[in-house]
Amino acid sequence: MNNNAVEERNKRYGKYVSAVTPTTSFWKSLWNSFWIGGLTCCIGQGIFDLFKLAFPSLSQDILGNITSMTLITVAILFTGLGFYDVIARRGGAGSFLPITGFANAMSSASMEFKTEGLIFGTSVKLFSVVGPVVVNGIVWSTVAGLIHLILFGRV
Amino acid sequence: MSITLHKGENCGFTEKVIISPPHKQAQKRQQVILFENPPRISGRMSVVGEKEGKGPAGTYFDKVVKDAKWGEKTFERAEINMLMSAIKGSVTDADLSENDVQLLITGDLLNQLTSSNYVARELSMPYLGLYSACSTMSESLAIGSAFINAGYFDTIVCATVSHFATAERQFRYPLEYGCQRPPYAQWTVTGAGSTVLTKEGKGPRITAAVLGKVVDFGTNDLNNMGAAMAPAAMDTLLALFKETDTDADDYDLILTGDLGKLGSDILRDLMLEQGYYLGQNYIDCGNIIYDVTQKCYQGGSGAGCSASILNSLILDKMERGQYNKIAYLATGALMSTQSCYQGETIPCISHAVIIER
Repeated sequence: MNNNAVEERNKRYGKYVSAVTPTTSFWKSLWNSFWIGGLTCCIGQGIFDLFKLAFPSLSQDILGNITSMTLITVAILFTGLGFYDVIARRGGAGSFLPITGFANAMSSASMEFKTEGLIFGTSVKLFSVVGPVVVNGIVWSTVAGLIHLILFGRV
Repeated sequence: MSITLHKGENCGFTEKVIISPPHKQAQKRQQVILFENPPRISGRMSVVGEKEGKGPAGTYFDKVVKDAKWGEKTFERAEINMLMSAIKGSVTDADLSENDVQLLITGDLLNQLTSSNYVARELSMPYLGLYSACSTMSESLAIGSAFINAGYFDTIVCATVSHFATAERQFRYPLEYGCQRPPYAQWTVTGAGSTVLTKEGKGPRITAAVLGKVVDFGTNDLNNMGAAMAPAAMDTLLALFKETDTDADDYDLILTGDLGKLGSDILRDLMLEQGYYLGQNYIDCGNIIYDVTQKCYQGGSGAGCSASILNSLILDKMERGQYNKIAYLATGALMSTQSCYQGETIPCISHAVIIER
């Protein structure tokens, strides 16, 4: 077979495969990620309000930090107990986008590679899943900062 | 003969179907080896994890291990134990001792064949390590049979293993990482299967082997293994049919390795386009190892999938006389985690052996 025939065949096969391959239902995924993501945020707000009631003297910033820390701790606890991935399988982006997703990605990697030791396992592989998030976070926030600097003349 | 095509017919791929009787003339044999002194399968053992044990074939497995870590510190160690237990069990099943084994042929999915090599370290047997992804079991049976047929050895052990947790770590993400799998993904089987081939004996014979070619139809989705591997299975199956002058009805069972639900449907379509109809006598190990309620998407995959099913359910039924002649084609996807990110497509292979009573 020459190259053209192979390409033709591959194209035909690719078209056939995409026609028979089952796909996820768009609306169902959207709904699941909406309510799981939304619920996470509501719980976060609830925690924030509770802390505000308990410690009225603290500033908004500190309360926000405490809320994030609580959510992260809970997410890591859920990961360790082995049911975060069960929630995430349903929640998709709804469980990936909030801060809990980041905590899950880091803690799951650290658990997974613990067997290779603290240095060569956990330390080396800790960012293996969240690496792209960190890199893109830094790159795009730098870009955003530069744009802001150019437009408004201050950071 | 009424044929129900699934929805693939609508996309133009199987439009030009002309079901003609296959050519009844044996081609010159290029891929098929017929064994003049067919080796016997005299011992076998399958070891699987808990999830597989709860599946439809659960009661047929020789050993179901409840603990995914086998009481060890790592999953890799559990995989080694699993393979070791399968090999030792099959040797005992054949009424032999470890010293009688003249050659050990094993394979697994991990880099550098770690599990196989570490098992071989603890057994004093000459050893060949094979990597052919999920088709390792049929490749090892083909090679072992060729050695026995040629008279070099009398007793050979062929075994493969795979473990969900170790494969997941190597090919995908950490276990507890919350990610969604697409509905066409497959689930790596935690399991091991081992077969003892001997020159003499009473078990089923391996009468022929088909050595597959690497086939690539340009699929590059790491999750869609079934679609990638189906063309390889088709290629080997066609070589078998054409070169031995047979057709699907000449086999009591055509058993593919781990195409899964989607892949086996695709294979049916592909074979239909070539003029062969795969009917009730075609099944896929990946498709039958899990129940639909176990949420394993398209079914099982991995080197241990077809190895554990063949060495339990299939050979068991064969010994009871339900099947007389089966064609066993395991299929393997020969990609690495890097190659797909580098834009390469997935090359696949399928080796087959013919087992007769």
